[in-house]
Amino acid sequence: SDRLIIKGGKIVNDDQSFYADIYIEDGIIKQIGENLIVPGGVKTIDAYGHLVIPGGIDVNTCLHMPYLGMTPADGFYHGTKAALAGGTTMIIDHVLPEPGTSLLVAYDQWRELADSKSCCDYSLHVDITRWHESLTEELEALIKDKGVNSFLVFMAYKDKYQCTDSQMYEIFGIIRDLGAIAQVHAENGDIIEEEQKRLLESGITGPEGHVLSRPEEVETEAVYRAITIAKQANCPLYVTKVMSKGAADTIAHAKRKGMVVYGEAISASLGTDGSHYWSKNWAKAAAFVTSPPLSQDTMTPDYLNSMLSCGDLQVTGSAHCTFSTAQKAVGKDNFTLIPEGTNGIEERMSIIWDRSVTTGKMDENEFVAVTSTNAAKIFNLYPRKGRVAVGSDADLVIWNPKETKIISAKTHHLAIEYNIFEGMECLGAPVVVMSQGKIVLEDGKLHVTEGSGRFIPRKTFPDFVYKRIKARNRMADVHGVPRGLYDGPVHDVSMATKAVASTPSCRGSSCPGKAQMAPLRNLHQSGFTLSGNQMDDHIPRRTTQRIVAPPGGRSNITSLS
Amino acid sequence: SDRLLIKGGRIINDDQSFYADIYLEDGLIKQIGENLIVPGGVKTIEANGRMVLPGGIDVNTYLQKPYHGTTTVDDFYQGTMAALAGGTTMIIDHVVPEPGGSLLAAFEKWHEAADKKSCCDYSLHVDITQWHEGVKEELEILVQDKGITSFQVYMAYTEGFHMTDSQLYEAFTFLKGLGAVVQVHAENGDLIAQEQNKILSMGITGPEGHVLSRPEELESEAVFRAITIGNRINCPVYITKVMSKSAADIIAQARKKGAVAFGEPVTASLGTDGTHYWSKNWSKAAAFVTSPPLSPDPTTPDHLNSLLACGDLQVTGSAHCAYSTAQKAIGKDNFTLIPEGTNGIEERMSIVWDKAVAVGKMDENQFVAVTSTNAAKIFNLYPRKGRIAVGSDADIVIWDPDKIKTISAKMQNSALEYNIFEGIECRGVPLVVVSQGKIVFEDGKLDVHQGMGRFIPRKPFPEYVYQRIKTRNKRMEMLGVSRGMYDGPVYDVPATPKYVTPSPSAKSSPTKNQSPPVRNLHQSNFSLSGAQTDDNIPRRSGHRIVNPPGGRSNITSLG
Repeated sequence: SDRLIIKGGKIVNDDQSFYADIYIEDGIIKQIGENLIVPGGVKTIDAYGHLVIPGGIDVNTCLHMPYLGMTPADGFYHGTKAALAGGTTMIIDHVLPEPGTSLLVAYDQWRELADSKSCCDYSLHVDITRWHESLTEELEALIKDKGVNSFLVFMAYKDKYQCTDSQMYEIFGIIRDLGAIAQVHAENGDIIEEEQKRLLESGITGPEGHVLSRPEEVETEAVYRAITIAKQANCPLYVTKVMSKGAADTIAHAKRKGMVVYGEAISASLGTDGSHYWSKNWAKAAAFVTSPPLSQDTMTPDYLNSMLSCGDLQVTGSAHCTFSTAQKAVGKDNFTLIPEGTNGIEERMSIIWDRSVTTGKMDENEFVAVTSTNAAKIFNLYPRKGRVAVGSDADLVIWNPKETKIISAKTHHLAIEYNIFEGMECLGAPVVVMSQGKIVLEDGKLHVTEGSGRFIPRKTFPDFVYKRIKARNRMADVHGVPRGLYDGPVHDVSMATKAVASTPSCRGSSCPGKAQMAPLRNLHQSGFTLSGNQMDDHIPRRTTQRIVAPPGGRSNITSLS
Repeated sequence: SDRLLIKGGRIINDDQSFYADIYLEDGLIKQIGENLIVPGGVKTIEANGRMVLPGGIDVNTYLQKPYHGTTTVDDFYQGTMAALAGGTTMIIDHVVPEPGGSLLAAFEKWHEAADKKSCCDYSLHVDITQWHEGVKEELEILVQDKGITSFQVYMAYTEGFHMTDSQLYEAFTFLKGLGAVVQVHAENGDLIAQEQNKILSMGITGPEGHVLSRPEELESEAVFRAITIGNRINCPVYITKVMSKSAADIIAQARKKGAVAFGEPVTASLGTDGTHYWSKNWSKAAAFVTSPPLSPDPTTPDHLNSLLACGDLQVTGSAHCAYSTAQKAIGKDNFTLIPEGTNGIEERMSIVWDKAVAVGKMDENQFVAVTSTNAAKIFNLYPRKGRIAVGSDADIVIWDPDKIKTISAKMQNSALEYNIFEGIECRGVPLVVVSQGKIVFEDGKLDVHQGMGRFIPRKPFPEYVYQRIKTRNKRMEMLGVSRGMYDGPVYDVPATPKYVTPSPSAKSSPTKNQSPPVRNLHQSNFSLSGAQTDDNIPRRSGHRIVNPPGGRSNITSLG
């Protein structure tokens, strides 16, 4: 009964497009080709004139993000229903544990919810909301037993989720050793907090305060810092929610220098901009509140679509996290209390098609890459997801590039009463959506089953991400310079250091120089001198000794230039 | 007796060069021109067409920096002697208070020592080694009564001086209010601490560990962050010791976007590179230890000189902080204990001339700008210092652009037994140096005595730095959107939120008390779909919106 044949469509993968029929059985693609031999009585779907693409993968959803005791209006049921309606057949949701609590407990809580409600396959990222050493074990357990291979750290939300640079370095080191993906929410929380105080003091309480307190530079700065830290830790980095030109440029620049870094644009940043924060309608302005905020620069969506097209940004998510207007109104007198998040799970595929493909920025193959294939590769789901191929999951979308859809809260499948893309006309829409080999959207009608979605566990060390890292790890060993013992005079360090604060134990106390110190002597009379020629001046350093990390050499290892 | 006539020289200022005589009296320039009428019997220096420059200003020295109970071997006497011999007639030294200690007390200590010992005019920066509320009062006193208008904050040294981003934000805000120049030591201290542990645990203890634990990216990252914070507050940012290409590039980029940012490369970064950290000779390698470290990339000096020439970097210092080899050897078994600092106070002018002017990167006027005039402008000493003009201080250098000097520890005036520029041949040296109208250096001989230098107090709000800031302040007032009251439903937030740590008191919402009973939100008839009342009203028509979307960036973007 679970047998289907799709006839006459143009199959579009990220590398090529071709005409062929597809035969599906038991939720898996069994055959691809022409004149397929299939059992009789199989249901046939006519795809003439349409594209057959791998179902979209939404890499960033927050369908159960708790905020002040509230949860989003769209839970796993409404959220995944809307996803399927828009041509997305898999989501990766963020588990957000309460700071200081067990990651495993939160993971179980999310699993239980999603297993009973989700209508499409899903996987989970786990957010590290407060770092302490003891979490290392939990990370290991999540990776080894629970099928989670991506973790998000926050550089914002001071005193709540925010990590210090040292903590990030530590976390990145652990994540790299375990072969997972380090995701980062990049905004400078320290600056934001100060700006929030300043704005509230000056009497700005509306949603425009949200974007005023989180200017673009604060995002760019954090992206730059995250990349620096990741480079030091030789850890691949994934920046969630790239919302501004500056942040996207920083990522592109780092890639050019050889960093393994990925950037995720979202429906909101690709489809609209931050000018709406100035709307006179409070509820409308509040609907756009998300972090990092949408850029006030109205050229941003166009720019991000271009970056996505040229490969500088690689994946797209929705960061779908929808609070109803009444929930948003918790912050009606104080913008810092407005729950953050926008919709986008349903609109993502159409917006990208409309903004990027119909305008000629990207082709249909690149479209598949940024909406599903790249995500599958980064998060180690490939080729099970993200490709139309024999043996892959039968998550397919029949896409009509000529259909026009007008986005509206009246017709969307979400539980919220607004839509930030209200009134937008999008060319390109799914006509048939298939999840696990079953038709879930046809003739504009959804047929979904609560709880039919499966949890898809993911393995560590995705090749797409880690091949290069492994090679660099081997190359990145640094060696010291073998020297004879220094036998010159050593200055007497008085035990009672007056002028300087005591150095921490990790460095200070262990100086053997202290024990061996000679009596104080007049240094100007010392016969020791370094002026004139030195014994090693004429010896080129690289001749005899193999120096693994020569000056200027270390950067070559990670610089491709 | 304090009268001097410099005849037949070519006067070089940052804007133009011209031939004229200069008459000096009482430590001031009294007349400039041809055929000056001067009293009889005045001592005359024949410049014979050579260049006559404003004396150099070294904006960054540490002549009394304490380290584990010891201080630098070049004190104010030895250090300023070396400065004068190199053509520098004024220094601005860093006061380094004990973390948590009084800034004022430290200032007095430095002031006293320098008054007694300094041979040339000097001024002081005060380093804020720890930020706390009590510092504010001291800062006010320093700015208003003591003539100190520049303060350095540290983003590195997690064991002592380091400040968090929040503290930086607060410090910048406060210092901007005082009209001071905010200097930043830009390196990511958190990451350095991590890297140091890693490198030490790998068994690397030599000076190469210093540079391995402080890679270039950690400097440029911090520069980027400092400028970002500065931009938020609309506060000028001055980056001390620009040591790497990428840090310099970030400053250049920020300036192109309109940031008021200044960068100071030092003698060491302009004249040499970090390959020496790998020297087999421990003492030689240790001599180069300074922070941020010299870049192992040998093309760095050239790049920094180019940026200096094109104005992307503006001033030069020496960061002269001289510890003897025996003092450096405190860290012989652990690079993190090596006291940091290199020489450069005497070599600065010659290195810049040789690396930038002699090779045609910059002209003589730009040379004056980067060695003296810009510094005088930024630190509000202009036109008293940094210019040859009637009424300016008689700090003058007669410069020979063709004479070649070989730098060597044997010849130097510093008390150090080494010199990181050992053996470098420099084209361009001072022939005569005049400080406060007196000849202090002539024919290779110094004629100075301790304590002849004066403390030069400075005023806040230097025009060169603050004019733009003031204008932007006026333009940057943020106005909210005036809206009617939101009268829709509000979700009931339970008083004790389960999932989140309580938000800080500053944020607590008045809505908590007023919230109506919980209701089914899906039944709410409130809707935002379809046309909105304000959809058709162009946002800018009726209301003057001071801060429209996209407009705010124009204020700080010049492009």
